[in-house]
Amino acid sequence: MKIDSIQNGVVLDHITAGMALRVYKDLGLDKFDCSIAVLQNVKSNKMGKKDILKIDKSYDINLDVLGYIDPNITVSIIRDGQTVEKKKLALPQKLINIKKCKNPRCITSVETDIPHIFKLTDEENRVYRCIYCEADK
Amino acid sequence: MKHLIDPTDLTVQEIDEILDLALDIIDNKEKYSESCKGKKLATLFFEPSTRTRLSFEAAMMELGGNVLGFSSADSSSATKGESVGDTVKVVSCYADIIAMRHPKEGAPLLASMLADVPVINAGDGGHNHPTQTLTDLLTIRREKGRLNNFTIGLCGDLKFGRTVHSLIKALSRYSGIKFVLISPKELKVPEYIITEVFEKNNIEYEEVTTMEEVIDRLDIIYMTRVQKERFFNEAEYVRLKDSYILDMNKLKNAKKDLSILHPLPRVNEIATEVDADPRACYFRQALNGKYVRMALMLTLLGVNV
Repeated sequence: MKIDSIQNGVVLDHITAGMALRVYKDLGLDKFDCSIAVLQNVKSNKMGKKDILKIDKSYDINLDVLGYIDPNITVSIIRDGQTVEKKKLALPQKLINIKKCKNPRCITSVETDIPHIFKLTDEENRVYRCIYCEADK
Repeated sequence: MKHLIDPTDLTVQEIDEILDLALDIIDNKEKYSESCKGKKLATLFFEPSTRTRLSFEAAMMELGGNVLGFSSADSSSATKGESVGDTVKVVSCYADIIAMRHPKEGAPLLASMLADVPVINAGDGGHNHPTQTLTDLLTIRREKGRLNNFTIGLCGDLKFGRTVHSLIKALSRYSGIKFVLISPKELKVPEYIITEVFEKNNIEYEEVTTMEEVIDRLDIIYMTRVQKERFFNEAEYVRLKDSYILDMNKLKNAKKDLSILHPLPRVNEIATEVDADPRACYFRQALNGKYVRMALMLTLLGVNV
């Protein structure tokens, strides 16, 4: 399968196979009106198979969302058909409005206008805790 | 501005300074009697409480200050749907310091992010209760003369008991403390306490299901109530509430210098016959609560005497 290269935009490579649609949804790409290619189960020497997203539009990608989903994703910024920058991802220390606290006893369950904030408390096991109630769900 | 939301908001040094101040207040009550003249404490209690609210109010009165507030959500604008944030912003206009109890976990943290005056967490659901922790620490220090090198048993509802979670976090920063966790399996401490407090800091702990098998080894036993309001299911509450009752018979094998603590209120988890035993510290503990809150408010208000 052949997908054209993009002139100006963002390429997300090395997405764990099967995760591209989650990345697409969590980044809010369904609200974009540009061309977006979602490639799934692409052959990869390193990963066996992988997913790739090509977004034909320059924009400030939310690296915290990506880092939270999978810190191994490669982000390439494309300008005039050339890769001008590769961004390195890491597990974000803080998640703001990326996930919602599901603890029914948490203040966020009744005060709907406040931001849902999670802090990374265990990097090895990727545990994030709600700053309000300390639940990890 | 400094708030007290989680017991670990304070460093060990800051805790020790507050306890030192509390001890000085106990010895020199007159010296502090006008120290908060003109200051106002707002007690925002969205959930009923007897001793926490009254001890805060008594503490401010003994410092020469005044008190305003409400003692249930029904008598506040929360019934009209006012948010916690709006409530504390308004109350910041009227008071110099806020003590807040709320049934939802994290409400006092939210309040501290929005208030213009110091906020003290006076209990948020099953989560934290840092001034009870300071009370417990002051009690241990007065009863044992130290805050290190002892074995403490925590007994009862260790799952929903916020006083237990706060006390474990605070004591985990002192050395040589062994924790014995005594509870039915349904009410064990949350997993995150095990992994993120005990295991992460290499702290010795043991989980058992009966008091009898460990009572002879304990220097302190911290009893807790199985709280009806923390259960979703009433049948579960009825089944477990009498599981762990301390009486003179169970104390037969206990150390002569055991200290029996309880955050109160008790239902029946300590038989009243134990009250006369000199090892029962829980009423002295309630008194310590007032002194430590006096010391805390002086500290957060930046009042030097």
